[in-house]
Amino acid sequence: MTEIRNYTVNFGPQHPAAHGVLRLVLELDGEVIQKADPHVGLLHRATEKLAESKPYNQSIGYMDRLDYVSMMCNEHAYVLAMEKLLGIKPPIRAQYIRVMYDEITRILNHLLWLGAYGLDLGAMTVFLYTFRERETLVDCYEAVSGSRMHATYYRPGGVYRDLPLQMPKYQESRWHNKNDIAKLNENREGTLLDFIWDFTEDFPQRIAEYETLLTENRIWKQRTVGIGVVSPERALQLGFSGPMLRSSGVAWDLRKKQPYEVYDKLDFDIPIGTNGDCYDRYLVRVEEMRQSNRIIRQCVEWLKANPGSVMLDDHKVTPPSRVNMKNDMESLIHHFKLFTEGFCIPEGEAYSVVEHPKGEFGIYLISDGANKPYRVKIRAAGFPHLAALDEMSRGHMIADVVAILSSQDIVFGEIDR
Amino acid sequence: MVEYVQYIETLIWVLIKIFLILIPLILGVAYLMYAERKVVGYMQCRIGPNRVGIWGLLQPIADVIKLLCKEIIIPSVSSRYLFIIAPVLTIAPALAAWAVIPFSPHLVLANINAGLLYLFAMSSLGVYGILVAGWASNSKYAFLGAMRSAAQTISYEIAMGFAFVGVLMASGSLNLQDIVLRQQGGIWHWFWLPLLPLFLVYWISGVAETNRAPFDVAEGESEIVAGFHVEYSGITFAIFFLAEYANMILVSTIAALLFLGGWLSPFEGIPVLGHLFAWVPGIAWLLLKTCCFLFLYLWMRATFPRYRYDQIMRLGWKILIPVTLVWLTVLGLAIEFHLKPWFG
Repeated sequence: MTEIRNYTVNFGPQHPAAHGVLRLVLELDGEVIQKADPHVGLLHRATEKLAESKPYNQSIGYMDRLDYVSMMCNEHAYVLAMEKLLGIKPPIRAQYIRVMYDEITRILNHLLWLGAYGLDLGAMTVFLYTFRERETLVDCYEAVSGSRMHATYYRPGGVYRDLPLQMPKYQESRWHNKNDIAKLNENREGTLLDFIWDFTEDFPQRIAEYETLLTENRIWKQRTVGIGVVSPERALQLGFSGPMLRSSGVAWDLRKKQPYEVYDKLDFDIPIGTNGDCYDRYLVRVEEMRQSNRIIRQCVEWLKANPGSVMLDDHKVTPPSRVNMKNDMESLIHHFKLFTEGFCIPEGEAYSVVEHPKGEFGIYLISDGANKPYRVKIRAAGFPHLAALDEMSRGHMIADVVAILSSQDIVFGEIDR
Repeated sequence: MVEYVQYIETLIWVLIKIFLILIPLILGVAYLMYAERKVVGYMQCRIGPNRVGIWGLLQPIADVIKLLCKEIIIPSVSSRYLFIIAPVLTIAPALAAWAVIPFSPHLVLANINAGLLYLFAMSSLGVYGILVAGWASNSKYAFLGAMRSAAQTISYEIAMGFAFVGVLMASGSLNLQDIVLRQQGGIWHWFWLPLLPLFLVYWISGVAETNRAPFDVAEGESEIVAGFHVEYSGITFAIFFLAEYANMILVSTIAALLFLGGWLSPFEGIPVLGHLFAWVPGIAWLLLKTCCFLFLYLWMRATFPRYRYDQIMRLGWKILIPVTLVWLTVLGLAIEFHLKPWFG
C-alpha cells in the first residue's frame, strides 16, 4: 500500500496572482484546497519602528508607502491622530479637500483593484480600461502634491497647499502634434476643480463600461458567485471591515458611523451586499466608486464656492509662508524649529481611524511629550482579511483561491508594514 | 532505374508542395501573433507593437530571433529526452494536419478519402506533447497544467467528434473536397445553417482544443503561472507558441471548410453580385473566412474572463455533448425525410 498524500504547492512569492509578495503554501487534494497557509513578512520595512526615530511630521511620507494604492487615506489616519493629541482642527476648506482626496483615493484604489481582479480571472481588458481612468486621477494627485503616488499632501493642521488654479498642460513633441495636444489639453484649461469636475461627469459612463464587460457576464458570474462566502456573523468575528464587511451585509462604514472631517455634511449611500461572496464584493466596490464620485462632486461644488485658508495659522505646528520667512524673524525661527526638530506633542495616546478603501485603517499613537512618537501602531485593514483566507478558500479550487485573494483587495505594503 | 527516377521525382514534388504550404503557414503564424497584439491592443486602448519596422511589422521576426538566441534551460530534475521531445510532439501534428486541407478545388497535398478522420486524429495527437511536457518538467505547476489539459482535451474531443459526425452525415463523405463541394449553391446551402448547433459546438470545442481564452486553463497564467510550458525557455518555448497558433489557424480553416463552404464564394447564385465576384479565386474566400474566425479568437480573448477548470468540464459534458446528440437525431430525421433545400 502506498500512502496517499496531499499535494503541497508553493504559491508565490513570485507568482502573477500573489499581489506582490504573498507566499501561500497550498495543500491540494487534486485541485481542491485543503489548507491555505499565508506566509507574510516579505515586505516588512519596519515602518512602525522607523516612525519612532523621526519627528512626527517626517513620518507622513512613510504612511503613503504602507498601502501604496491608497496613499492619502493612510496619511489621513496618521495626521488625524496627531491632530487629536495636539487638540487642533484644520480649517473647513482643508477638511473638504481632504475628503475630496480621500474619495479620489478610494476610486484610485478600487480601479486598481477592479483591474487586478479582472486580470486574475482572465479578463484582461478591464485592467487597461481602469488604468485609463487612473491616469486622470493620478494627475490630480500630481497637481496638488507634485507626486503621482506618494503625495505627503496632508499635514497636521491642514493640507500642504491650496488647490492649484491651473492644470499642468501637455507640450508639443515628436509624437504629438498641435491638434493632438489641443485635444489632450481640452480638459486642462481651467482649474484643478474644473478638471476633477470634468472627470466626475464622465466617470459613471466609464463604470458602466466596466460593468458591461463583467457584471452580467456568465463566466464572470460562474467564477465569483458563491465563492468565498462569509456570513455576517463570521465577518464580524474575523475582524473584517470596509467593503469586505459590507459585502457580507453589515452596514458598517466609519464615514457614517463615526463621521470625521465633513462626512456628516455630505450626502452619500453605503452599498451593502447580501451573500458575502466574491461577486458581492465586486458589486459593493463598483457601487462605492459611484458613491465616491457623488461625494467628489459635492466637495467640488463646495470648494468652488468657498475659498479660504487650507492650513492653520498656528506656526508651532504648521510652517509659515516662505515670503514671511524671508522678512520676519519670528517666522524664520518657526521655520527653522519645524524643519529641524519638528514639533512636540503633549503626553498622551490617541487612536484615530479612517474608512480606508480597504477597510478600517487606524493609527494608535502614544506620545511621551517628545518630538518623536513613543510608539506608533498601525491597524492595517487587509491583515484580518488575509488571515481569513484559509477559512474562505477551503474546499474551493486553485482558481478560486486566486479569485478570493483578489476579492480581498490585498496590498502587502500595508499588511507587512 | 526508371522506377527510382520516378520515385525521386515524386518525392521532390511532395517536398516542394510541403514547403509551399509550410512557409506561408509559419509566416501566417508569425503575423497572427502580430495581429493578436495589434487587435487586442486597440481593443484595450493601446497601440500595440510599433517600434520594429513600420507599424511594428518586423516585431514577430525580432521576437523569433530573440527566442532563437536564448539559452534552452533544462531543469536538472527533469526527464531530459521527453523534455526536448515534447515541443516536437506538439508541433508535428499541428503542421501535419495541413496535408489534407483543400485550399481550392485542385489545390490539396493529399486528397484522401479519410480526410476528416485524419484531421481528427491529428488534432487529438497534439495533446500528447502537452502531457509529456507537463510530466517531463517535473514541476508542480506544469503537472497541474498537463492534467487540466488532458482532461479538457478528452472531453472536448467527444463534442468535436460528434460535430464532425454531423458534417459526415450531411455530406455523406469524409473527403474534405467532397464536403466542400456538397455545400455548393450559395450562402444558404452551406452547412452552418442546417448544422447551426453543431457549428457552435465545433467552434467552442475548437477554442477549447487550442487552449485559448476563455478556455486557457492549461496555461492559466494567474493560477498555475504558465501551466505545462512553465519550465520551457528559448526556442522550445517558441515551438509551443508556434504550435498553439498553427492550431488556431487550423481550427479556423476547418471551421471555414466544414461549415462555411471552404473556397466557395458567398455570392454564388445571387444574380448580379455572383458575376461581379466570379473572378475572385477560391483560396481568397477561404482565407477571408479563416481570418474571420481568427479575429473571433482574438476578440474572445480580449472580452471573456477565464473559466474554471471544473466549469469547463461541466460545459463540455453537460451542455455541448447533449446538444450534439440531440441535433444528430434531428439531422438524421431531416436526411431521412429529405428536408429541402439541403437534403433534397
